[in-house]
Amino acid sequence: METLLQQIINGLSLGAIYALIALGYTMVYGVLRLINFAHGDVYMLGAFAGYFLANALGLDGHPSVFWAILVTIGAMAICAAIGVVIERFAYKPVRHHPRLTALITAIGVSLLLEYGGQVVFGATPRFFPQMIESRTYALGGVQITNQNLLIIVVAVIVMFGLEYIVHRTRIGKAMRATSYNLSVAKLMGINTDRVIAFTFALGSALAAAGGVLVALAIPRIDPLMGLMTGLKAFVAAVLGGIGSIPGAMVGGVLIGLMETGLSATAYSTYRDAVAFGVLILILIVRPSGIFGSSVVEKV
Amino acid sequence: MPIGRKLLTIAIVLAALAAMNQIIEYGVGDFRINPYYARIISLVGINITLAVSLNLINGLAGQFSIGHAGFMAVGGYAATYLTVYHGAAIAATVGGTPMQGVGSLVVMTASLVTGAVAAGLAGLVVGIPSLRLKGDYLAIVTLGFGEIIRVIILNIPAVGGATGFTAALPITNIFWIYAVAVLTIVIVRNITQSTFGRALGAIRSDEIAAEAMGVATTRYKVLAFVISAALAGVAGGLWGQLFANPLNPQNLNFVKSIEVIVMIVLGGIGSITGAVLGATTLTILPEALRTFDQQFPGLRMVLYALLLILLMIFRPDGIMGRRELSLAWFRRRGGGPGQPGTRVAPLATAGTATRSTRDEGDG
Repeated sequence: METLLQQIINGLSLGAIYALIALGYTMVYGVLRLINFAHGDVYMLGAFAGYFLANALGLDGHPSVFWAILVTIGAMAICAAIGVVIERFAYKPVRHHPRLTALITAIGVSLLLEYGGQVVFGATPRFFPQMIESRTYALGGVQITNQNLLIIVVAVIVMFGLEYIVHRTRIGKAMRATSYNLSVAKLMGINTDRVIAFTFALGSALAAAGGVLVALAIPRIDPLMGLMTGLKAFVAAVLGGIGSIPGAMVGGVLIGLMETGLSATAYSTYRDAVAFGVLILILIVRPSGIFGSSVVEKV
Repeated sequence: MPIGRKLLTIAIVLAALAAMNQIIEYGVGDFRINPYYARIISLVGINITLAVSLNLINGLAGQFSIGHAGFMAVGGYAATYLTVYHGAAIAATVGGTPMQGVGSLVVMTASLVTGAVAAGLAGLVVGIPSLRLKGDYLAIVTLGFGEIIRVIILNIPAVGGATGFTAALPITNIFWIYAVAVLTIVIVRNITQSTFGRALGAIRSDEIAAEAMGVATTRYKVLAFVISAALAGVAGGLWGQLFANPLNPQNLNFVKSIEVIVMIVLGGIGSITGAVLGATTLTILPEALRTFDQQFPGLRMVLYALLLILLMIFRPDGIMGRRELSLAWFRRRGGGPGQPGTRVAPLATAGTATRSTRDEGDG
């Protein structure tokens, strides 16, 4: 029983990370119908931005919650800018091309960030500075570290914040309109270019937050860390129903739970294969995902 | 073409391949080709098979698979497994050994057929669920499939797991590599010009319209996918049994799939000659840049990535677009007695590359 609870706690914190990244996939897909392959690599850049900021401020060995928050916000701002730049220079020129062209461009951007990262940062993993003191809380027989707790809390706050932005603010309304029909939204006077840029900024900032949080819990960062995590987060977004914010959250948590569940069994080497097995299953059973609604396609 | 001429053509091609094999593998008189160049020529042939077969699904049918290396791995491991564990028994039935003469001919044929069947079955398993849906999902599923295959291979001790399948016998030679490349080109070209190929072209241009016109879209897509996967499996079988090239799951990952995609994107998605051109260029070019790559590891992939992005933004049609280079084309250019009606790709003008099909959400 206790091991089960322990696995659930571990799964929740892993799932919360997938959820944070899945939110970015889901928002961009909702607005542009584009799988932003580079999103997982923005998460990697977030971790590296945090690493360089923390080292520049000399935080290694001087843990401080206040500075940790500032570093996270800084990494989020840097990645938001990177997201906007990627959209402007890579995706905008191909926006009116066939979707396949945009998809290949996205794969290209992803490879550029991964291998560009290897050239610039080096391929060997780096160790992320301890910005906050590590503590472990015990509840009954279940243990949780403050980093894992932080990940879960931040993910929940972000989800509610995002729901608020999308459903209660002016820019959120514009996002929903653009998602519903880009050309009509434009005719109604919505600056769709700005809405798309905002979507990329927001999604990239969330990925950066995910990157810093993960680096706090597992302090090894390398330029290819976004590849697998990004793909699994994408599967999470599809599982929840792509385009749906609560869906991304639920999908992320489910993938996290399944993965930690499998790690505890004899089949732990198959851990990386779970997400894709799940993806194939959803595609057969319910392609629109848990929270998605099926859309009738017309010519 | 009458049957007599067909047989004659096949005989001439086989003789030419055998002669090429003799020159490159063994040399003529005192002439020996530099083994390093011979190896590059081998890799060019295998990459041509990979690129042309991927072109069937990505170019002709307009679907987007990024798991070609996964099928290559399935075929490669199945083919190599057969040779290593049953090769001697198979060769014994004709009274030979797997390494020479008739024995090697029989073993190689059996091994490549096994690779094709295994990869084709894998293609069926992956294709049926994912090809019912359109577009982007196939990309993710094939990518995921490639990773699953890698994880599974790592966990099979009989094929060496993470250390690679070092027991493989080097029975691949230039003859086999180029026989497979020619066969692949002929198969894909014949598909292009058949009812099947026309159906795939219709699916590429507009899937919903094609379905409304009575094209069995899923069936054709799955069939194309299975053929493409089977051919990749044969390429894998050749690659796995190449001299001093141990099969290793690490070499058949996502990056390998991307390399093949860059080849067809550079050549022109949908063009067979484009795929051949792309495969040749992108096999020789990295070799020319080898010293450069050793100084800055990872830079080769950065160049590939930039090439992909810039091609998509400035020339999504690649070098060839959907055009084909053929003898008729040269005759026309030369003002000779070419027949304008013999163009290979009449679907060229209906290609998706020229028209925006982006769904702006009016559904």
